[in-house]
Amino acid sequence: MCRLFALTSKDPISPMLAIKALDVMKEGHDGSGMGLLLQDLGGPFEEMKDAPILSGIFSEEGIRRLDLFMMDKGFLTKYKISLKIPKQPVEGIPRRDLYLIRAYELPEGWENLDQSEIAGRLSDIRLKIRDMGEEKNDMMVFSFWPDTIMIKEIGDPLQLGHYLGLDRKELHARVIMAQGRQNTNYAINLYACHPFFIKGYCTMTNGENTAFIPIRDFLSSRGIPAYSGYQSDSEVFAHILHYAMEELELGIDAYKHVITPLQEEDLQRHPDAEFLTHLKRTCRPLIIDGPNCVIGTLPDHSLFMAQDRKKLRPGVVGGKPGLYGFSSEICGLDAVIPDRDKSKDIQPMHLDTVIVSPDRQEVKICRQTEALNLPL
Amino acid sequence: MSSNRSLEPSSLSLNDLPWQIRYSNDRCTLCGQCTAVCPVKAIELKVFQKRIVRTSIQKDAVHSNQYETFYGIQQKTDVENACIGCAMCTMACPNDAISPVKNPGLDRLKFHINQKGIPRRRGGRRNASGSVLDRIKFTRISMLTDPALDAGRHEFEMRTLLGRVLSPRENMKRLKEKGWIPPVREIYPLIIGGMSFGALSPTMWEGLQMGVAYLNEEMGMPVRMCTGEGGCPPRLLRSRFLKYVILQIASGYFGWDEIIHAIPHMKEDPCAIEIKYGQGAKPGDGGLLMWHKVNKLIAAIRGVPQGISLPSPPTHQTQYSIEESVAKMILSMSMAWGFRVPVYPKISASSTSLAVLNNLTRNDYASGLAIDGEDGGTGAAYAVSMDHMGHPIASCIRDNYLNLTKIGKQNEIPIFAGGGIGKNGNIAANAASLIMLGASGVQIGKYAMQAAAGCVGTEEDRCNVCNLGLCPKGITSQDPRLYRRLDPEDVAQRIVDLFVSFDTELKKIVAPLGRSTSLPIGMSDALGIDDQAIANRLSIKYVV
Repeated sequence: MCRLFALTSKDPISPMLAIKALDVMKEGHDGSGMGLLLQDLGGPFEEMKDAPILSGIFSEEGIRRLDLFMMDKGFLTKYKISLKIPKQPVEGIPRRDLYLIRAYELPEGWENLDQSEIAGRLSDIRLKIRDMGEEKNDMMVFSFWPDTIMIKEIGDPLQLGHYLGLDRKELHARVIMAQGRQNTNYAINLYACHPFFIKGYCTMTNGENTAFIPIRDFLSSRGIPAYSGYQSDSEVFAHILHYAMEELELGIDAYKHVITPLQEEDLQRHPDAEFLTHLKRTCRPLIIDGPNCVIGTLPDHSLFMAQDRKKLRPGVVGGKPGLYGFSSEICGLDAVIPDRDKSKDIQPMHLDTVIVSPDRQEVKICRQTEALNLPL
Repeated sequence: MSSNRSLEPSSLSLNDLPWQIRYSNDRCTLCGQCTAVCPVKAIELKVFQKRIVRTSIQKDAVHSNQYETFYGIQQKTDVENACIGCAMCTMACPNDAISPVKNPGLDRLKFHINQKGIPRRRGGRRNASGSVLDRIKFTRISMLTDPALDAGRHEFEMRTLLGRVLSPRENMKRLKEKGWIPPVREIYPLIIGGMSFGALSPTMWEGLQMGVAYLNEEMGMPVRMCTGEGGCPPRLLRSRFLKYVILQIASGYFGWDEIIHAIPHMKEDPCAIEIKYGQGAKPGDGGLLMWHKVNKLIAAIRGVPQGISLPSPPTHQTQYSIEESVAKMILSMSMAWGFRVPVYPKISASSTSLAVLNNLTRNDYASGLAIDGEDGGTGAAYAVSMDHMGHPIASCIRDNYLNLTKIGKQNEIPIFAGGGIGKNGNIAANAASLIMLGASGVQIGKYAMQAAAGCVGTEEDRCNVCNLGLCPKGITSQDPRLYRRLDPEDVAQRIVDLFVSFDTELKKIVAPLGRSTSLPIGMSDALGIDDQAIANRLSIKYVV
């Protein structure tokens, strides 16, 4: 079972904090890899919130091909961060030519496009780069989105943090999600590493998704190009979130009703029984069967945690106004926010979605049996 | 053999018969129960003569030549009296003196069951015990990352949807605009398929209905039962139990006069309407209730004269084409119940099933598709149809499901699989395999008769006289002397046993796969089979 840790902070903070938490929870991951999402960025990116940032790993040949491709599309580099890699290789971390974090100016003529059109185009470009990279094995792209950086690599999280020099000011962010992998694949594919990102929505999960195949089949037949990939059974959690919130225009309080709907008796007693019955039926193939703990972010930088129907995975949320942590284990939280009021720690149960909104003032618990904020 | 003894082409010896009676004269008390109970009069009391020659090598001994008579049981060899292997004689015999034994060689009866030019007709099944479904294993057991679930402790929701489910967006739109949303029923995924009142005896039908009512009302299991094409008893039509019933209409429209007239008096809507276009056991052939079974009660319910055979036409005669027929009938039936009742067609599995399905995807009123495979049973059909016509269910279901997946409608039109589920007794495993191949649920018929009423039929051409009304267990007979052998209360009890044990077995299959909160429809990654060609065909894993 992987270990997860996420932070949401009023002020930009170092990703090393989250990595430190992963290190404390080392019993639960085998050091086979790390995934890191940084959003609501501080540093130089603070000034360029609309510029899409491309994050990925490239070979020398790959970066040349990328530059040609991006120029052809009309993208100009606005800002980039170069991760300096030590000359001395570290055992367990592969040698790469370049970890790319590069912000682009939007091409001319895009300024008048509406947000959803821009989102679609950015997503298409990311998929195109991914396809190109898979052809020649020279590029891996994890996200291409404004105010978002994503780093994934094989190796022990703490070693990786030092190796890549992640404790630098330019990488400070207000939302940080980190996952320490427990390898269950024969060969480690970085596209199978959490977190998974799609158009501003991001999730990471631990546990296995036993209903993966029917969910994958349903998503990939929705006619949405970004619903693809699926190197990992957990990628669907991000896509279901996107589907529920963007395609069905539901709120985050309905996400759990999609992945773990109420059973008959509770459903009939619910204030929105009719709506939820229809939702459960029509979204039936999206029901997950756990055991999973899902941590995710939304485009407005809310952070949430939801558990499977049987709450078969650990998860705790705690902190203080201005700084909240979401962790697989309490020891991870203790390592990063030791001065919080521990009596207010929350371990979400099978009906709960726990949300910290962008103001970072409190932890809100949304119970599945409560009335929904519906778009109706 | 005497020269004047008649020897005809169809004169058979015991060795030519598929079932031979093994009889022990030592144990027999000549009580006559076996000859009385035999449904085809294959055995009779016979006086045998025996010559006893007594000689001696002693010079002055008296030699005698004595004739003795004794009584015993003899098997007849006429075609019409050939033993069917039902073993009722064994069941009736208090001394275990008699039993039928399957001829280990090749019987020759088959060449002669066409006397007067009438090919063999029978009830039952295809009589082929092989089963691809039995070979499918569930190989994806949760072992490492996650522990398997506990079938006895965790909560399960093993239900399925019968009805047209709209896409999430469309459903939401209609909910918002208060538009028409097709009716959907949440039901148990094991359905008692269409067996008509007429094909089944009144006691069997009553037992099934009571069992279904008990499962719903006492056990909380939303089990549904289809009427088959034979109408529905008027009291049931007007009772609250109608909601557990799927009314079937087929090409003979038998019983529908009564049903239509009962609509204004119905307290509840029926669960659904099944329009039968085909049946797996005899694809392309219509229903058949032979005259033996059309008594006063059956005739009244079906709205026909007594004592005549009731063949339904192979197709619905009032329409030009099947597509038109399907569309129009679905609409008419939906309209009859104010668009509150799901209406779906049932077809026999066929290489053309996909065409029917594609047609339905564009019809909002189509609530599903039931597909009946070649191993389906029937009360009466030509043997040639049963033995040689039809399509296996597994690949047909898989093709149809994958087709729906391709067009993104896998949750919108439920496919129900029928035909041979549990034919060798492995009902839960077979059902789970089909569900994971893409079926939303399964229909059973023969299994219910075997498990709930003791039908003696097997895949070895045993009994199979459902068509003649001679059912020795009283399951498919309209003769009160026979159907009184069956106590409806006992049938109901066994139906409950069947479903409750099935439920436990289904959980024992899905729990180790890590599934419990929804039926694992299309979870094909869980399946494996030890045959590369079948694995490729079904897009599942090849395991050895």
